[in-house]
Amino acid sequence: MANQLVKELDLKSWNIIIIDENDKHYYQPGFLFLPFGQYKEEDVVRPIKEFLPDEVTFIQEKVKTITSDKNAVTLSGGKELLYDILIIATGSRIDPQEVEGMKGIEWRKSVYDFYSFDGAVALRDKLIDWEGGKLVVHITEMPIKCPVAPLEFSFLADTFFKKKNMRDKVEITYVTPLSGAFTKPRATKKLEYLLKEKHIHIVSDFAVEKIDNENRTILDYSGKVVPFDLLVTVPTNKGSQVIEDSGIGDDLSFVPTDKGTLQSKVAKNIFVIGDATNVPTSKAGSVAHFEADILLENVLSFIRHEELSASFDGHANCFIETGGNKALLIDFNYEHEPVEGTFPIAGIGPLRLLKESRINHFGKLAFRWVYWNLLLKARPIPFVSSKMSTAGKNF
Amino acid sequence: MEKLIIGRSIDVNEEGFMNQFSQWTREIGEALALENNISLSPRHWEVIDYIQKEYKNDSPLSIRKIGKSGVVDIKEFYELFPDAPLKTATKIAGIPKPVSCI
Repeated sequence: MANQLVKELDLKSWNIIIIDENDKHYYQPGFLFLPFGQYKEEDVVRPIKEFLPDEVTFIQEKVKTITSDKNAVTLSGGKELLYDILIIATGSRIDPQEVEGMKGIEWRKSVYDFYSFDGAVALRDKLIDWEGGKLVVHITEMPIKCPVAPLEFSFLADTFFKKKNMRDKVEITYVTPLSGAFTKPRATKKLEYLLKEKHIHIVSDFAVEKIDNENRTILDYSGKVVPFDLLVTVPTNKGSQVIEDSGIGDDLSFVPTDKGTLQSKVAKNIFVIGDATNVPTSKAGSVAHFEADILLENVLSFIRHEELSASFDGHANCFIETGGNKALLIDFNYEHEPVEGTFPIAGIGPLRLLKESRINHFGKLAFRWVYWNLLLKARPIPFVSSKMSTAGKNF
Repeated sequence: MEKLIIGRSIDVNEEGFMNQFSQWTREIGEALALENNISLSPRHWEVIDYIQKEYKNDSPLSIRKIGKSGVVDIKEFYELFPDAPLKTATKIAGIPKPVSCI
């Protein structure tokens, strides 16, 4: 947003400030590859300043509260900053404390996450000499950031243990609160077939109640019990603490946001982008990128006191690693679920939607370059527009 | 698709969720519950009333939210509507399947 706004705003009358408690920017999609040693730490982290335009002021400090009726942001050191327009991009985070026993004595011994940088690195160290047993990949509750990541983790684990010649020593179980492998019916069908092919068991409709550290089991409210030797869980995903502390979030601290205009329902001069919103589409980097185009237009309209006419369609685009150097690609929005077809050029591709291919896998790997070099700098991705295209898709 | 229940025709999707809440009546709710092997008690109705109220307010439903509603805790919610309580309860309540799963 900052990279786009500096080009569009008259900087004699506008001052753009970015506040972030961190001075590092993480390529979060890369966390998936860290546990398997496919990426190293330095592949997924860069200084934030590399991506900021010179014209913006960067404050590295934690935000304590947002007070919308005073148009003020209070920093942890006590300093108060007033704003005309606030864009919230505070993302989502995991909170293992939400489930009894998750952050118990087995945390980072036999219970791991890969949704945090530290967690993914710790899991990699664990997998180096893990001797096998029951590997349980588990989703606590929806929504989660990148809803396909736990599935991808299962597929990559299958390949990883095959390569280590120990697949026969590992039993992989995928435990989900959903009724199937994914949130959308047609993709679920496709993905369940892959689970079967890779001998990954699925336990669905599992609403976790607690984790029994002593017996190494996870229990659900209906009495289901799943034993594990190694639990890789996706803990509850929540919005940032500042959203909770400012009283502007829903029950998971995501900010109520108009799903079309991306204006918050908290105040007219607060806009929200990325995982921080509660809009009904996937929490994914591609979504934030597509939202940025819409948000830019609407922020500019807001400044001109015009109607917010740009409307986000919920467009999401995700590569799904299926192991063995192959991947699937899905492209969908609020209305259309993922279907088969060609992407991004209708009838040509070269990428295939909802079909496994090697080129999709290279697309996923190339995406890291796209992310660092195009996305963060607000340059467009070739052939991919912020609105989902229905061309080349088999509805 | 059309479905016949207690002599009336209702419009449902392929998973059996009603497409038009306006067609729902308490009798239909009871019949849908029986199809899911549930006989509705006053406690069930308190939960269904709550779910319908939230639906009418356009407020998204999730197991977490129901657990914190003060109407029922998650443990009891599972006892009332075993296996997949949110799905079963919303189906009986005549409202669309919650999209707390994107």
